[in-house]
Amino acid sequence: MSKKFILNRRSVLKYGSAGAVTALATPYFFTRGALAEGENYLNAPKGDTVTFGFNVPQTGPYADEGADELDAYKLAVDHLNGEGDGGCLSTFSSKVLKGNGVLGKKVAYVTGDTQTKSDAARASAKSMIEKDGAVMITGGSSSGVAVAVQGLCQEAGVIFMAALTHSNDTTGKDKKANGFRHFFNAYMSGAALAPVLEKAYGKDRRAYHLTADYTWGWTQQASIQKFTEEIGWETVNNVLTPLAATDFSSYIAPVLNSGADVLVLNHYGGNMVNSLTQAVQFGLRDKMVNGKQFEIIVPLYSELMAKGAGDNIKGVYGSMNWNWTLPDEGTKVFVKSFGEKYGRPPSNAAQTAYAQTLLYADAAERAGTFNPCGIVGALEGFDFDGLGNGPTHYRAADHQCFKDVLVVKGKEEPSSQYDTLEVVEVTPRAQVEYAPDNEMFAGGDLGKCNPGA
Amino acid sequence: MDALILQILNGLDKGSAYALIALGLTLIFGTLGVVNFAHGALFMIGAFCAVTLQRILTLSYTVEDPTRTDFLGNPLKVDTPYVVHWFGDSIGHGIIEWAVPLAILFAIPVMLLLGYAMERGLIKHFYKRPHADQILVTFGLAIVLQEIIKLFYGANPIPTPAPDAFKGSIDFGVMIGFAANAIIYPAWRLVYFLFATVIIGAVFAFLQFTTFGMVVRAGMADRETVGLLGINIDKRFTIMFGIAAAVAGLAGVMYAPINSPNYHMGMDFLVLSFVVVVVGGMGSLPGAVLAGFLLGVLESFASMNEVKSLLPGIDQIIIYLVAIIILLTRPRGLMGRKGVMEE
Amino acid sequence: MLGLSKKDTFFFLFVVFLTMATPIILQPFPEGSALAQFNAGYPDLMQRFAIYGIFAIGFNILFGLTGYLSFGHAAFLGVGSYSVVWMYKLLNYNVVPGLVLAIITSGLFALLIGYISLRRSGIYFSILTLAFAQMSFNLAYSVLTPLTNGETGLQVYNDDPQILLGANHPLGPHFFGIVMQDSAKINVGGWQWTFNNGYYFCAIIAVIAFYLSLRIFRSPFGTMLRAIKTNQTRMNYTGLNPRPYTLAAFVISGMYAGLAGGLLAAMDPLAGAERMQWTASGEVVLMTILGGAGTLMGPVLGAGFIKYFENIFSKINDGILHHWFSALPDGVEEFLVFIFHPFIGKGWSLTLGLLFMLVVIFLPGGLIEGGRRLGNLFTGKSRKPTTPAKDPEHHPKPAPHVA
Repeated sequence: MSKKFILNRRSVLKYGSAGAVTALATPYFFTRGALAEGENYLNAPKGDTVTFGFNVPQTGPYADEGADELDAYKLAVDHLNGEGDGGCLSTFSSKVLKGNGVLGKKVAYVTGDTQTKSDAARASAKSMIEKDGAVMITGGSSSGVAVAVQGLCQEAGVIFMAALTHSNDTTGKDKKANGFRHFFNAYMSGAALAPVLEKAYGKDRRAYHLTADYTWGWTQQASIQKFTEEIGWETVNNVLTPLAATDFSSYIAPVLNSGADVLVLNHYGGNMVNSLTQAVQFGLRDKMVNGKQFEIIVPLYSELMAKGAGDNIKGVYGSMNWNWTLPDEGTKVFVKSFGEKYGRPPSNAAQTAYAQTLLYADAAERAGTFNPCGIVGALEGFDFDGLGNGPTHYRAADHQCFKDVLVVKGKEEPSSQYDTLEVVEVTPRAQVEYAPDNEMFAGGDLGKCNPGA
Repeated sequence: MDALILQILNGLDKGSAYALIALGLTLIFGTLGVVNFAHGALFMIGAFCAVTLQRILTLSYTVEDPTRTDFLGNPLKVDTPYVVHWFGDSIGHGIIEWAVPLAILFAIPVMLLLGYAMERGLIKHFYKRPHADQILVTFGLAIVLQEIIKLFYGANPIPTPAPDAFKGSIDFGVMIGFAANAIIYPAWRLVYFLFATVIIGAVFAFLQFTTFGMVVRAGMADRETVGLLGINIDKRFTIMFGIAAAVAGLAGVMYAPINSPNYHMGMDFLVLSFVVVVVGGMGSLPGAVLAGFLLGVLESFASMNEVKSLLPGIDQIIIYLVAIIILLTRPRGLMGRKGVMEE
Repeated sequence: MLGLSKKDTFFFLFVVFLTMATPIILQPFPEGSALAQFNAGYPDLMQRFAIYGIFAIGFNILFGLTGYLSFGHAAFLGVGSYSVVWMYKLLNYNVVPGLVLAIITSGLFALLIGYISLRRSGIYFSILTLAFAQMSFNLAYSVLTPLTNGETGLQVYNDDPQILLGANHPLGPHFFGIVMQDSAKINVGGWQWTFNNGYYFCAIIAVIAFYLSLRIFRSPFGTMLRAIKTNQTRMNYTGLNPRPYTLAAFVISGMYAGLAGGLLAAMDPLAGAERMQWTASGEVVLMTILGGAGTLMGPVLGAGFIKYFENIFSKINDGILHHWFSALPDGVEEFLVFIFHPFIGKGWSLTLGLLFMLVVIFLPGGLIEGGRRLGNLFTGKSRKPTTPAKDPEHHPKPAPHVA
């Protein structure tokens, strides 16, 4: 192109090495982020506030779920700062949080929109870290996004408290030292559901799986298949459906004549609402196959999905992390606090968001610092109670919470628009536990905590 | 065999939705020469007409029931829809249950008005502008329309069930001489297919057999000459825009029980409907309908287990693959006319 | 200078100055002030401005010059990102091999897709490119997961080979030891300026990309491409076959897209499949049209505009609104928050959609046209809108007569 602008090997070497030398000569100048004196970690809070980053979907199909999480985060901030009724601070087994902020600093927050896309979620989290000085990022509504943001937080050197992410990978092959998950996972869903299904539908069943064709769908399908086969069920087929599909008719149509008498829908969100609605329209649930009533199972439920599917969920089994109808003190206090502020009961996404914020604040208080390595130390192996899930353990080996899992069923006679799901069994924690090197979780490496400086 | 017939039914059903949207899109291309990226949004608004009517019919008055409590321990507020109050329990609930079919009557004026307002208020000013500008302005409009819907209805899908009479499935196989239980098909989907055929037929009849339609067809072929004959072609084109909007809207209304409406369902259909229109051939109404049904059926075949086990992931790409093959073998799609949008 | 005319040299130097001073220009408000929310001078967003600028510049070489509207350029963006991350996984975190590979693979991919798609023109061409990109996206998300890591996005794991990784090599993307993530922060008065390695790396490449595009616009090749847009039939009659020129433009713009995708992964070592979705292709189309198709600076402005709204407006929440208006009486405060509420935070796309419409209605020719009108206002030159004679880059095309 240009006649005068010539690059040759010599000049490249000359300028290249000059650049490298400059970089080496000024190591102090080019440091990662800003360091406050004495506090050797990224975004150490300087003034009298500490900033949390709430990164949830605000646009796209999961926007309502994100809005629910955001409401729960704001409630948690209120309680940490001593506003409102204090919520679960009174029931939480750890008593170091006093409602006067965290480590004497008032909690401030920034919000961002993940759009349920890894790229947008990372951009939003980065802006919180780089621009707003957030020490902790929390949020999520899809496992892909949670894993992506967790990886980012590990690289940058802040803590990630995952909210709604159900894939085994989040604390399996994609686990990170700076990331923690309170929510349950696909393995636990399978382990909790299988015994209940056995009781309700018997040992001799033939299951047909429809599975969303991406990583979360696959891990859930594998988990459910493993546990249902252990109780004697046969897996007739597993059909992968495109994520973008809105019409599942061509996948549902062959089910009836396949000899299967149970349909397992490994779908989430809009996928699940549509596939369940359409399966019911095909009359699957009115049919008798192999002399048995045909049944549908949705392994992972959420309140919003239940609302979207309307009457179609009546009698359909699934699992949940938590439900607002639980009788324990922590749940009661949280539901009251949330309900009085927002006029509706919280979803299980909101509960995990609330619990994660309190858990982080508590860990910081106990560690005496916001340094991610201090937080990791305080959270690893931590046992607590009073947040609504019963006695819970944060396992050090993979940063996964272990607690009871709920098996729920779509309610036949709902008494109000929020009363859509009923808890049929609280599966004890021991039954859903697994070794950190379980084959469904193998291949990951926590690495070391990264304080970002 | 029965599996194939099932998939053909599925394909025709999917195809009905594609064809209806593509038909409206082609009407707008053909008459006004405008690339309407807001057409998916019109489909979505149609579906929300059904939601809105359902909400209107269930408008309720509230009574506190002191014997029961809500989740906070306050007296439970019991909502009774006014229609139930006025007409009694069975008739009232009957009316509510028929919200979706009733919404057709509601949607026609709404969509005609919306289309008219869109054309007069916005699109009119873009006839002489480059297609790029048309894309930008209609895409902007699509975003605005769907964000407004999100503001009022949220992002979660809203269940809009079909009337009880059409909720279940019927044994289609028995009707055409197969064994019982071989071909079970949802009643509402058959209704949808019949409805789509009627609408498509009506649009073609309107264009073919009325003076109005004749003028519009003439205008599509040569706008200037028709204008020179002293006919106010612009006014007729405006009405055609309203009709195109109404067709998209009705496609949306009837689709609501199949696919619980959410605010971004228009975007999900937008890309597909463009592919359908182009595969059918720009400016050809029969082409758009044919392509809609063809792609629907092929998509259903590609979703069959036998096909998928042979070619994993084929159902993810079939529509695009077919589009590429057709466009490479037939330069203007199935039935496209020369010189339309080839610049 | 550099083979440019005097006017272009001045223009180019102006662009270089703007690019280099971006970290200062984008921080107009002091830290801690209420308006600091609107500051955009943090590394991630500045990097995105530069990268999407490159993407849009490249897209404009195809669309702005030849008029061929590709709806599948996101495929090349994705291919570029995957190339870079695979080089991290196999070699080490140096970005150079990855970026070279990104340009090569996206160029080859563009050659293949372009060769097939350019057999058609107009909307038929658009749909062919769209179809290829959507197939790439759908497969990357599902069947090709071993290659792309599907939904989670391709990333580096501790057990990857990384055969060139030495003991003291940085564990994040770097350019021969200059770590992209590192920044120097300088506080002047109340202002804080962040000078980030990654941004300057992108900025230098963006300036080179801009320079190349300037040369292409001014070259005989560029004239040929414009001729294709103006009248392809006439070109055929003069005995020139337009196809090779269009294909060259397609491949060049594909390589720009691949480079941009590669740089995304060079700043942030993760490649997600969504980068190939039609919405991403649509985004670059919108950027180019919004800024002003066929102009040199327009697409860059369009890219900046869209990314700014996506990243800054989406982060304004009600709490911040209350803070801004806290000085006002309660009733007024509540009222103002109520008015603004739908347009900020989760409503950022509503604002963006409205602005798309306003710009295209009132500024035919895009943002660059707005800039020119402002300029005319200040210099007092002709107040008439668009004067095509004074406008060498912009060729408003009369709408082709359809039907």
